[in-house]
Amino acid sequence: MRPVRDVLVQRLLALLLIGLVTWLLVVPLVRLAVTAPETAFIQLLNGLAYSLLIFLIATGFSLIFGIMDVINLAHGSFYMLGAYIAYSIVGRSGDNFWLALLAAPLGRGLIGVVLELGYLRPVYRRGHLDQVLLTFGFAYVFSDIVRTIWGADIRSLPYSPLLQGAVEILGRPYPKYRFAAIIFGLVLALLLWLLLERTRLGSIVRAGVADPEMVSGLGINITAVFTAVFAAGAALAALSGVIAGPILGMHPGMDFDVLIVALIVVVVGGLGTFAGSFWGSLLIGIADTFGKVLQPEFSMALTFAVMAVVLLLRPTGLFGRSTA
Amino acid sequence: MLSEPATRPTPDTIPALRVEGLRRQFGGVTALAGVSFAVARGERRAIIGPNGAGKTTLFNLISGELAPTSGRVYLDGVDVTGLPSHQLARRGLARTFQRNNLFLGLTARENVRLAVQARRGLGHRFWTPAEHLREVTAEADRVLADLGLLERADVPVRHLSYGEQRQLEVAIAVATRPRVLLLDEPTAGMSPAETAAMTRTIAALPPEMTLLIIEHDMDVVFALADRITVLHYGEILADGEPEAVRQNPRVAEVYMGLAADEAPRLGAS
Amino acid sequence: MEAIRVEAGARLAKARLSLARRWALPAGVLVLLIGCPLVLPQYLLSLLTEVLIFGIFAMSLDLLLGYTGLVSFGHAAFFGVGAYTAGLAAIRLSPHLGVTLPLALGAAALAALVIGYLCIRTAGIYFLMLTLAFAQVLYAVAFKWTPVTGGSNGLSGIPRPTLGLVPGGGELADPIRFYFFVLLIFLLVYYGLRRVVNSPFGHTLVGIRENEGRMRAIGYDVARYKLAAFVLAGVLAGLAGALNTYLNVFASPAQLNWTTSGQVLVMVIIGGAGTLIGPVLGAALVLLLQNLVSTHTDRWPMIMGAVFIIFVLLARFGIVGIWDRLVARLARRA
Repeated sequence: MRPVRDVLVQRLLALLLIGLVTWLLVVPLVRLAVTAPETAFIQLLNGLAYSLLIFLIATGFSLIFGIMDVINLAHGSFYMLGAYIAYSIVGRSGDNFWLALLAAPLGRGLIGVVLELGYLRPVYRRGHLDQVLLTFGFAYVFSDIVRTIWGADIRSLPYSPLLQGAVEILGRPYPKYRFAAIIFGLVLALLLWLLLERTRLGSIVRAGVADPEMVSGLGINITAVFTAVFAAGAALAALSGVIAGPILGMHPGMDFDVLIVALIVVVVGGLGTFAGSFWGSLLIGIADTFGKVLQPEFSMALTFAVMAVVLLLRPTGLFGRSTA
Repeated sequence: MLSEPATRPTPDTIPALRVEGLRRQFGGVTALAGVSFAVARGERRAIIGPNGAGKTTLFNLISGELAPTSGRVYLDGVDVTGLPSHQLARRGLARTFQRNNLFLGLTARENVRLAVQARRGLGHRFWTPAEHLREVTAEADRVLADLGLLERADVPVRHLSYGEQRQLEVAIAVATRPRVLLLDEPTAGMSPAETAAMTRTIAALPPEMTLLIIEHDMDVVFALADRITVLHYGEILADGEPEAVRQNPRVAEVYMGLAADEAPRLGAS
Repeated sequence: MEAIRVEAGARLAKARLSLARRWALPAGVLVLLIGCPLVLPQYLLSLLTEVLIFGIFAMSLDLLLGYTGLVSFGHAAFFGVGAYTAGLAAIRLSPHLGVTLPLALGAAALAALVIGYLCIRTAGIYFLMLTLAFAQVLYAVAFKWTPVTGGSNGLSGIPRPTLGLVPGGGELADPIRFYFFVLLIFLLVYYGLRRVVNSPFGHTLVGIRENEGRMRAIGYDVARYKLAAFVLAGVLAGLAGALNTYLNVFASPAQLNWTTSGQVLVMVIIGGAGTLIGPVLGAALVLLLQNLVSTHTDRWPMIMGAVFIIFVLLARFGIVGIWDRLVARLARRA
């Protein structure tokens, strides 16, 4: 429990930041919604698409931390490699986007398994710092590997002709690909939720997040679960990379760009919970998208202001559990 | 920072520690369901009860590790409810932990020096080499000697025996010269010889120091305690002098109902 | 852990070494540092200057990471704040050191105070992520705020630092003089940090690293100490940043990026965290390797990453750790 004065300072700071965000973001947003609702809605869809991409990454990161207590700073690399591997697959297989969509995450999952077995296992016992350092080293190496193999230019992932063109929303054309991505993302989110909440495997994973020792004591091979979760997280991130390829483009450095956003989401939403990464992604994704539209110079600062507010009022995130 | 015990004239009627209606809930579980008692200055109070009765939670609430759901804590008559643990420590409250909570990578002497340094309020001195503060080292060595650890002063704590580590656990707390000391199962996991040594250590603590001791070993309890408080399911079952508690039928009933390995021996020491 | 046994062994070994021998090494290094400008070619001298600057930067992170146990991934933020403030002050106000240096240090201190206050309230992993996030925010600001910071092109056109002694400035234009200037500051910082680390305050920081909860239980206001360490580390990082601007008369957003935070972290770990001299050695190793490798190949980041991974897996306590182990082994044979 903190002395009253400290709490007051925090509340004041939070209020200040909320005021700032309201003035810079919420007010112009409302104005936009009133004067040009179609534009606002289009941007909302864009924000939704972005949020879902972030969600896929944040969930993997959050679960890996929740269940394995590992901070995987190479998670952004998984995202990046997913996109670049898909790029190569598309190039080799004659523009077969669907193949890439399937194969890249699988490939990434495999790489994840190798990494986990080979390098992370020995370091589990050593504590957070060493894991962080190790995954950071990997991220560094992956970043350069990508640069070596694919070069440093900005690329875009070509996608299936089925998804090209536009659909009509509220009388305005909206890129079909993005729309499909939103639908796909929502479906995937729903599937993930069902998997976690309604299946036995899901409950094992959730139990593992709460108490890995206990799960192990129940006779379940917790190390296999670890590997599975790690691979799944890697695959999800890679999938996100593939989907994002056509929308956000590909460039070296996208790994850490996305890692930062995922970290912010996880801080805001809370580590280790599905609800946390879902609502956190939504909040940050939409705030960031509208921020870029309404206040292009300060969008990053606004995102950070949102993060600071959440932290001041709820240090473990909106849905986080305080690790006692 | 901390004053020596008994430099402020406190009327003897004010209890060194008083808790009122202390309650702690964890979600749906009530760990402590409204506990009230008072401990007089210099008293040795034993807190006993079956596992899960809420004893360590009680200590956590008093020492500021946890905030109570409701209820109040009074230290020397002053309401200290909800204060963080470092402020309670500065007000003369210290505790030991059920599971060793030591600075494993440092030597025994360095462990105690940190506590002495805190007591003397020297933590902020950033230019003088710490070794030049000879009074700190001397005081730490005195505490180590009192607890029989002086020959092991330069050993990294990791390499100390379990019994030595438990003694160090007490040494760190004692080095802050608290007015109220909470000892959480000081003899946990100790051999009979180590238990005897620890009992002697606790018995040798200054008489002005108020002690609360959580213990399972009833020999230790009857050797040390002036009064015993029995906790059961987060409530006080009995509270009184050792003989009275021993002959309390409800206490016997609770302990009889337990498995043999859980029930402490209530036989005469 | 084995490391503690090695430490104890190394301590005994060091005690056995005679006093003269103990001073020989530092004295010899000092002589080398003072004498080398006479023999080194220009580019090696400026490399050495860079090593000293990054040595200060790495030592500041060691105070946070090695001594207090705070894993910051955003330490470049303060380096960058110092660098940009020094540059902007030189352009807009005056290139006099008496103006740019205090402003740079003050700005770094302020940034460290604000970021520190927000981050330190959070537990372990959150702290790491938050420091990284804040640094990236500052990076974004430097990158986008073109009218002020020069945007992605960086801040150029910075006048050389002067001391106001010579008309027209340029007392420090000579690389040898600038080297001695940096060397002096480096030695002062090293000496100062040594005293801080050996003081009760330093011991408190180590206590916090070893067992934060127990420190609270014995009466230390841990949050306040952490913030103090954070601000001190931030100011020193800002100092390094300012010196870097004086050296290159250029400031770039990359100095705020995670790559810089990562680079200094690598220096600390490879050198040996918690030893103060280790990070300096780490800085030397990293910068030397970087220079060597990049003349032959572009794949420098991959190599550094691989070296780093090898150190983390096999030589966790860095160069100093390896040295201690060697000394202990020799002591056992003696």
